[in-house]
Amino acid sequence: MDQNFGQGEIVISKVDDLINWARLSSLWPLGFGLACCAIEMMSTFASNYDLDRFGVFPRATPRQSDCMIISGTVTFKMADRVRRLYEQMAEPRYVISMGSCSNCGGPYWEHGYNVVKGVDRIIPVDVYVPGCPPRPEALIGGILKLRDEIKKETLMAPTAVENLLKEKTA
Amino acid sequence: MTTEEILAFINENLSDCKLTYNPIKPQDEIIVEGENIATVCQFLKENKTTYFDSLSCLTGVDNGPAKKTMEVIYHLYSIPFGHRLTLKVMLDRENPTLPSVTSVWRAADWHEREAYDLVGIRFENHPDLRRILSPDDWVGHPLQKDYEPEERYHGIKIKYEKD
Amino acid sequence: MEKRQIQYQFQEDHLINSSKNLFDESKLKMEEMVINLGPHHPSTHGVLRLEVLTDGEYVVDLVPHLGYLHRCFEKHAENLNFQQIIPYVDRMDYMAAINSEHAFAMGVEKMMGIDEKIPKRVEYIRVLVAELNRLASHFIAIGTYGLDIGATTPFLWMMRDREHILRLLEWVSGARMLYNYIWVGGLYYDLPVGFEERCTEFINYFEPKLQELKELVIDNKIFIERTANVGVLPLDIAINYGTSGPVLRGSGLAHDLRKVDGYSVYPELDFEVPIGEGKMGTVGDCWDRTYVRVLECWESLKIMKQCVKQLTTDHKRDRTFDPQALVPKKIRPKAMDFYSRAENPKGELGFFFRTNGKSDIPERLKVRACSFCNLSVLPEISRGVLLSDLIAIIGSIDVVMGEVDR
Repeated sequence: MDQNFGQGEIVISKVDDLINWARLSSLWPLGFGLACCAIEMMSTFASNYDLDRFGVFPRATPRQSDCMIISGTVTFKMADRVRRLYEQMAEPRYVISMGSCSNCGGPYWEHGYNVVKGVDRIIPVDVYVPGCPPRPEALIGGILKLRDEIKKETLMAPTAVENLLKEKTA
Repeated sequence: MTTEEILAFINENLSDCKLTYNPIKPQDEIIVEGENIATVCQFLKENKTTYFDSLSCLTGVDNGPAKKTMEVIYHLYSIPFGHRLTLKVMLDRENPTLPSVTSVWRAADWHEREAYDLVGIRFENHPDLRRILSPDDWVGHPLQKDYEPEERYHGIKIKYEKD
Repeated sequence: MEKRQIQYQFQEDHLINSSKNLFDESKLKMEEMVINLGPHHPSTHGVLRLEVLTDGEYVVDLVPHLGYLHRCFEKHAENLNFQQIIPYVDRMDYMAAINSEHAFAMGVEKMMGIDEKIPKRVEYIRVLVAELNRLASHFIAIGTYGLDIGATTPFLWMMRDREHILRLLEWVSGARMLYNYIWVGGLYYDLPVGFEERCTEFINYFEPKLQELKELVIDNKIFIERTANVGVLPLDIAINYGTSGPVLRGSGLAHDLRKVDGYSVYPELDFEVPIGEGKMGTVGDCWDRTYVRVLECWESLKIMKQCVKQLTTDHKRDRTFDPQALVPKKIRPKAMDFYSRAENPKGELGFFFRTNGKSDIPERLKVRACSFCNLSVLPEISRGVLLSDLIAIIGSIDVVMGEVDR
């Protein structure tokens, strides 16, 4: 899509590509931090790693954001709030689970009575970023991965539904 | 001032409180009867000789169902004199109740709420004794030795195993 | 020139006549409103939730709700042995992991009775890295405080300089934020070759930057207007609520455990304890607390210089030096109750240990968290302030929710 600009005044493309390009180029995450990973997320947003390069800029309200970075441990007290924030976001919405705690409970998996063992028990997750906490490079990698995923999306014939139907009939 | 000197000083002035000196090493302590703790703390804070103006730490300990006791441990510190003191209260595990020291140090407020939340010790005359760290509808006190978490909380499985 | 016609002119009579009795003062209703601040809010420093009762723009009362990051530290401590607890100690105060490790390791060493035997080089390295981390923690405090009250530049500047520290510490320990570097009885590794020179380079780089920061933020007219005379914390209330660290020192009491207890090699080092003097307003206001943090950065640089000097002269790198020489094979202290404390960037971090002498797992480990006690003073000092000043007060207390909730 990007290469098509600059070659002429008319760009011919598919609607899918146009929409996907628009979506992935301004991926605004919900700016909220949960725990230690939030500090690494902050340094990724700040001067040295500068996520603005990718069009990623934190928004304060879920209504304006496309993507949610679960940066840190989700506790049971926080679980209802995370779920509600996710539900407040407008479609299409994506979730990046950052760090071991939100992937699977992390170091708190055994004795952490108050820790949700993986945020995917509450909301669907698109990309998992491992690490405790992940380096800023890892988070950027996660965002690039999510962009790749968005690139594959299509308005026509959602493949996931097709696959489900196939499973059902089989 | 050493702990023994402080003990003698309290005994001089508050004759009706039963105090025991426990010479364990390296930090010796005074064991106080539960109902007297607020009086003793008030006295320790307000007179000019001891002047324990800050409460460093307040710990609730559960000794398990075998010993059938609970403990509350107070670590006091006097900023101008630089001396410290440990007070200990032994409680019955079936009915762990003792007076609150919130009226003496406001720092005790959240510490006591935490002891109530995690260990299940009840403080009388506390202005607002609610759970502080766990959710309001949590069942049980997690730091009791025989605590077993519930199966689910709000429909989410608590244990690590998959559904 | 044609005279400009004013289309509409406000006249009080018109308003009163338009809706009679509506603007009668006795009929105006006052209503208090509950505003819920957090747990997802950009300026509550994590997942703090405040229930604020407001009268118009004024805060009448507020109730903090904690526990949104309660990660059961004390339960873990009852199930893991002492060496395994250290990574969890890191994750409590994640801004200043090494300081917490230092406090924890020191407590266990005192229980084991090996605190006198620790080599001087180990102690100097510990103090050097702890002061580096103290700087990093204060950077976050000052930077995000700028964000809270509406300035973006200090945040970007502080994150830029913090990255230098993180790279130094990554070189030492292998991790960027949560280090697990200080072990009970020693260190993970000796300093890498050339670390001292890089440290000196950093100090020389950072000193003018700190001056620049002071001129940009602390002496800024807008900053002073926002913070001076706001959230004044009198000394007696500060002590009664058990606050410590810059919050207590901002109220004018020079109480620093590095001086008072004199642990590690701090008695051999020369540094001052800055206190709030009320230069821009009242003693104990938000400006004082922030200024104390900036002054402490200078003191940390001073301490680091002395440590680097010691590490390159008296306690030089040595081929035979083994930082893990004194690390016990089995950490099994005698049965005792022990309370140990140390000065973290945010205040007094205390550990209460109870051991039974039979196992290398503590029976009870309670943390006296500094942010927990500092935060408890918030309702007291924010009654009657404006809602926007409440944000300024939260920022000046500098809480880390990981430590408040543990």
